[in-house]
Amino acid sequence: MNSCKEYTVVGQTRPTEQATGAGPLPDERGHFGIYGGRFVAETLMPPLNELNEAYQKYLKDPDFQAELDADLAHFVGRPSPLYFAERLSKQVGGARIFLKREDLNHTGAHKINNTVGQALLAQRMGKKRIIAETGAGQHGVASATVAARMGMECVVYMGEEDIRRQAINVYRMRLLGAEVVSVTSGSKTLKDALNEAMRDWVTNVDNTFYIIGTVAGPHPYPAMVRDFQAVIGRETRRQIMDMAGRLPDALVACVGGGSNAIGLFYPFINDTDVALHGVEGGGEGIDTGRHAAPLCAGSPGVLHGNRTYLMEDSDGQIIETHSISAGLDYPGVGPEHAWLKDTGRAQYAAVTDDEAMQAFHQLTRVEGIMPALESSHALAHAVKLAAGMDSDKIIVVNLSGRGDKDVHTVAALEGITV
Amino acid sequence: MSRIKGRFEELAQQQRKALIPYITAGDPQPDVTVPLLHSLVEAGADLLEIGVPFSDPMADGPVIQAACQRALEHHVTLHQVLDMVTEFRTTDATTPIILMGYLNPIEVWGYADFASAAATAGVDGVLTVDMPPEEAAALSAELGRHDIDTIFLLAPTSDEQRMELVSEVASGFLYYVSFKGVTGANRLDVASVGDKLQELRKHTALPIGVGFGIRDAESAASVASVADAVVIGSVLVGKIAELAERPTDIPAALSATVADMRSAIDAA
Ligand SMILES: Cc1ncc(COP(=O)(O)O)c(C=O)c1O
Repeated sequence: MNSCKEYTVVGQTRPTEQATGAGPLPDERGHFGIYGGRFVAETLMPPLNELNEAYQKYLKDPDFQAELDADLAHFVGRPSPLYFAERLSKQVGGARIFLKREDLNHTGAHKINNTVGQALLAQRMGKKRIIAETGAGQHGVASATVAARMGMECVVYMGEEDIRRQAINVYRMRLLGAEVVSVTSGSKTLKDALNEAMRDWVTNVDNTFYIIGTVAGPHPYPAMVRDFQAVIGRETRRQIMDMAGRLPDALVACVGGGSNAIGLFYPFINDTDVALHGVEGGGEGIDTGRHAAPLCAGSPGVLHGNRTYLMEDSDGQIIETHSISAGLDYPGVGPEHAWLKDTGRAQYAAVTDDEAMQAFHQLTRVEGIMPALESSHALAHAVKLAAGMDSDKIIVVNLSGRGDKDVHTVAALEGITV
Repeated sequence: MSRIKGRFEELAQQQRKALIPYITAGDPQPDVTVPLLHSLVEAGADLLEIGVPFSDPMADGPVIQAACQRALEHHVTLHQVLDMVTEFRTTDATTPIILMGYLNPIEVWGYADFASAAATAGVDGVLTVDMPPEEAAALSAELGRHDIDTIFLLAPTSDEQRMELVSEVASGFLYYVSFKGVTGANRLDVASVGDKLQELRKHTALPIGVGFGIRDAESAASVASVADAVVIGSVLVGKIAELAERPTDIPAALSATVADMRSAIDAA
């Protein structure tokens, strides 16, 4: 296990003080301490203001919230189950491991929670065209899905490299009527897809709504996506109280941009007895430099509209990331995670490709649940944690998605062509 | 007085409009840049805009993205860009130089150290594409300490409130982005630019430069009829790309383009 060094930031409010009067985060300009904000070209400032105003308005609008709840129940299939992985827990021989089954959502991942919310907002704002970036393709599929349902045009930007390794999702998006644009600049992965989506947005800003798929980007995206994903944590709270009669000891989630993690963590932020563990893509190992772990091995900088931890060189150029999992292959991370790391409220660790693969096989064989490679990172870390804890302890793992999309990658690793 | 302000005052006295060519530093290779800058001045440039290569140029179209990549293949860093400015200044002490780029290389260097190094090198203005006024206070203060102007963008989406906000913090000149889009696109509409500049002038006494989409002598001249400065980028960078294998031909080719634009602007 690679655990991260701690950075101390002086003079900043700890998240636990949020509830005691320091005001909620982010602040009005989207700052989480020194992180977040809005670092974009002037052309996008007015549309971001407009988006923020609409979002703030509908956040408190009972009709909007009722429609969102109905969509989450009947279209997404919420609440997703909280499942006690009994055989896995026994095999590990430590804490009891529960899985929050976001893999059972419509389209197979947590991403749909956010796209349903943003699509409703797009509709309210009178936008007819949706664009999205995608890495693993799950957010692209979730965006194409809501666009199809609402009769909106949809364009998804995806790195050439990701198109290759997530072919099934590319075809799903096309079946849903979306145009998938192959991005060939830079490292040809998620960060470049995000650049290209931003370029589209700045060009077509009048009729286009940009659905960002994670808690990154300029304000209000990190807060807005968090709020749409926080349904994961709210349900988990209720469900674990019903099943175990108490809050869990630890929550574990993988961190690409950090949306499934913050969605699970956020409703527990003030419960300081609940440990929060985010798990980054450790690739071939932190020591090799070939990984996707900005919180564990990066440094603060500005990219994609916000200040956060980045994988960057000493000249401020963004460096290429490496992870077996396309959804974790991103050099930045949501600014709220940067803040949670600095304040010590959450801990971040990295899990290697090999460890994630092992966890993938373990869950598949022991529980009959095939996890996404992203989620397998969270599982691998949870298994390590559980092994060192007593059997009366409880860990909840966010099973952010199902593994069907990764079957080709897994097969290729075993030298099998399917 | 800053070199930028001085230059615009001179031009105003002569009733001339400024021509500002943009090139990416280190494109297609580092040794081309300084001689190229000198020939741009000889061909009629009044100010120079030097692009600092960045791995993720979010506001740029394919032409300048490719220029960044060519420069980054030679590992051109912000430090080296300042070295180029230093070298340029040994024989040209008057032409104002504006660095244009993205915030992260400056973040990583540190605002105070960068500002001081930029001043020593002879930089006059810094335009950071992804730094709107809301996030600019700290860097602007450091730059201001060394009399370096912070140049801000305005755009077709900017309303009165933003014009006011940007005018309050800007110095040197204002850079108006002529259309919604990325650099290099072909969407220039001079009439709408003219209308917007009229509005903008109610909020500021600073000179206004217009960039994005100016492709030839004709569009340069018509933009010059409504603006104080004309910025040309992708057209020049596109020519650099064509001549990347014959770098010694680059200065002459770009000079010809700039000279054409110069005479069209002056004749208008
Ligand atoms: C199943 C799954 N989990 C996790 C992620 C990572 O994103 P985030 O960190 O925003 O949850 C992705 C992204 O594509 C995903 O598809």
